[in-house]
Amino acid sequence: MNETQNSLGAYLKLHWKTAVFLVVLLIGIGLADIFVDSYMRRLLNLCAIYVIVSLAMNLVNGFTGQFSLGQAGFMAIGAYTVAIFTVPVESRTAIFYLEPMAPFLANIQLPFVVALILGGLASVVVAFFIGSPCLRLRGDYLAIATLGFSEIIRIVFTNTQSITNGALGIKSIPTISSLWWTYGTALLIIIATILLVYSSYGRAFKSIREDEIAAEAMGVGLFKTKMTSFLIGAFFTGIGGGLFAALLGTVDPKQFYFTLTYNFLLIIVLGGMGSISGTIIASFLVTLGQEALRFLDEPMAFGLDLPIFRPGLRMVVFSFLLMIIVLFYRKGLMGTNELTWDFMAQKFQSIKKKLSRKKTSTEGGGK
Amino acid sequence: MLKISNLQVAYGGIEAVKGIDLEVPEGKIVTLIGANGAGKSTTLRAIVNLVKSKAGSITYNGEELLGLDTTKVVDKGITLVPEGRHVFPDLTVLENLKIGAYMRKDNLDADIKHIYSLFPRLEERSWQAAGTLSGGEQQMLAVGRAMMSRPKLLMMDEPSLGLAPLVVQGIFDIIETLNKEGMTILLIEQNANMALRVADYAYVLETGKITKAGTGRELLADESIKEAYLGKSQRNK
Ligand SMILES: Nc1ncnc2c1ncn2[C@@H]1O[C@H](COP(=O)(O)OP(=O)(O)O)[C@@H](O)[C@H]1O
Ligand SMILES: [Mg+2]
Repeated sequence: MNETQNSLGAYLKLHWKTAVFLVVLLIGIGLADIFVDSYMRRLLNLCAIYVIVSLAMNLVNGFTGQFSLGQAGFMAIGAYTVAIFTVPVESRTAIFYLEPMAPFLANIQLPFVVALILGGLASVVVAFFIGSPCLRLRGDYLAIATLGFSEIIRIVFTNTQSITNGALGIKSIPTISSLWWTYGTALLIIIATILLVYSSYGRAFKSIREDEIAAEAMGVGLFKTKMTSFLIGAFFTGIGGGLFAALLGTVDPKQFYFTLTYNFLLIIVLGGMGSISGTIIASFLVTLGQEALRFLDEPMAFGLDLPIFRPGLRMVVFSFLLMIIVLFYRKGLMGTNELTWDFMAQKFQSIKKKLSRKKTSTEGGGK
Repeated sequence: MLKISNLQVAYGGIEAVKGIDLEVPEGKIVTLIGANGAGKSTTLRAIVNLVKSKAGSITYNGEELLGLDTTKVVDKGITLVPEGRHVFPDLTVLENLKIGAYMRKDNLDADIKHIYSLFPRLEERSWQAAGTLSGGEQQMLAVGRAMMSRPKLLMMDEPSLGLAPLVVQGIFDIIETLNKEGMTILLIEQNANMALRVADYAYVLETGKITKAGTGRELLADESIKEAYLGKSQRNK
């Protein structure tokens, strides 16, 4: 349980495996940052962004039990905020060639970090207005409202030509290529989420997910607590969107279709609703898996002209694989468990036991 | 301590509680008995404002509770053990207990120890998911969880519902122990026999109205009560 750690030494003694793991992880990121090629770099960056957004989604949907489908919309807000405020002022006339940028924005350029945080905050403000009516009600209103919001924001961004450059999108966003931006942010957000989930606030989130009546009877303010979770989720998602814009170097409304949200939904279901480590694992599996299956979309796979290999097949196969996984792991890979050292030791023991049992049974009953 | 006068509660058009008066003196066990659908649960929910009351007043040490948020009511020292237990199924026993103390910011270790000493079975199952406990254990957990907020008034909604007689006896023993430790208790039961035995004072609720009141002993001896509640009290599921 929670002994108070009053010295760093005692803390390290208790958590040395975690400390070692963190150091190895940081060195790994550092090495990857030096050695990987640009294709792999982009993919790894994308993984980290998916970790951020999926974790935020899991906080709201998995831990608090509130079904939000607004990820694409909140990402769009974060992405556009970064795009609008970081594109160099000199190149703006070239980008906004159909209709010039609104004068009140045209000369404002902010450092990336400031724009990133601003994007998160903008998401929070919008989330507050969606949550205020929806989170007071029980049931699926939030899902419907967030889904609607996602579509509306895309249409709004398509039509506010002088701010977002409409359907043309914004190009020449200064890009980030170092892994440290995305992985640094992801790490911060993972740590923040862990601290949150294991605090009394986190327990309140889970109690609402489990049983609203009982939670309320214990004095958990339903609206306030749901709102807290929803706003934190929106902030992280906005940040994820900002990083996404800076990774791709360009934003346009088509990037933020509902199918984007579908990816994150997949990840949290696959990883386990209410599992932080499950979300992280699934983010990598899904992002890298979709990439690995990309050959299915190409008509000339294996040097043969096979008619079934055409764009779209990848998603069919991918969805099929997912269905199989979900069939065998009803609650996702991790359920609500976490990949702690104890959990791994336990799994290891049970696998060892299973293997040795198999061995003895084949030895004993071998025909 | 708690004084209810002319309380009326309605769900849409259905009047569930039709103007009742009830009093819970400090340090006592008061019970409210009645058949299914009489409005017992509704009364408790109205006290912690989980349902809105239509009219009347509920005062706690002279202070009006009506219209106060549930959070505030809990903060004042009134906690409800809801009907059907309502433990948090996927959370561990320990986490369930900690949520009970959500309103408190001080150290919980002593309270947890105390609850484990009252319910040793909970301590053995500290890391088990609450949903996997037996019905009796879940009821113990629901009571323990409510105690974590250090209530001055503990309200229990049919704690014996669906439990084996021996387990019910255990729950009632705990109720008496808690009362001896100084906790005031408002107990709702269909199991009138048991409830009237432990209660200092009792009310009978019938379709939203209080039809009888008296000490537990008086009602236990009352012929009409015997006929209506005690005879078939064992037949309730
Ligand atoms: N949420 C609700 N909506 C509508 N009617 C309700 C609701 N809860 C209870 N009732 C009605 O109110 C009356 C009293 O119910 P309740 O207080 O649960 O009775 P008891 O706890 O004594 O069995 C019943 O007629 C019941 O049908
Ligand atoms: Mg009831």
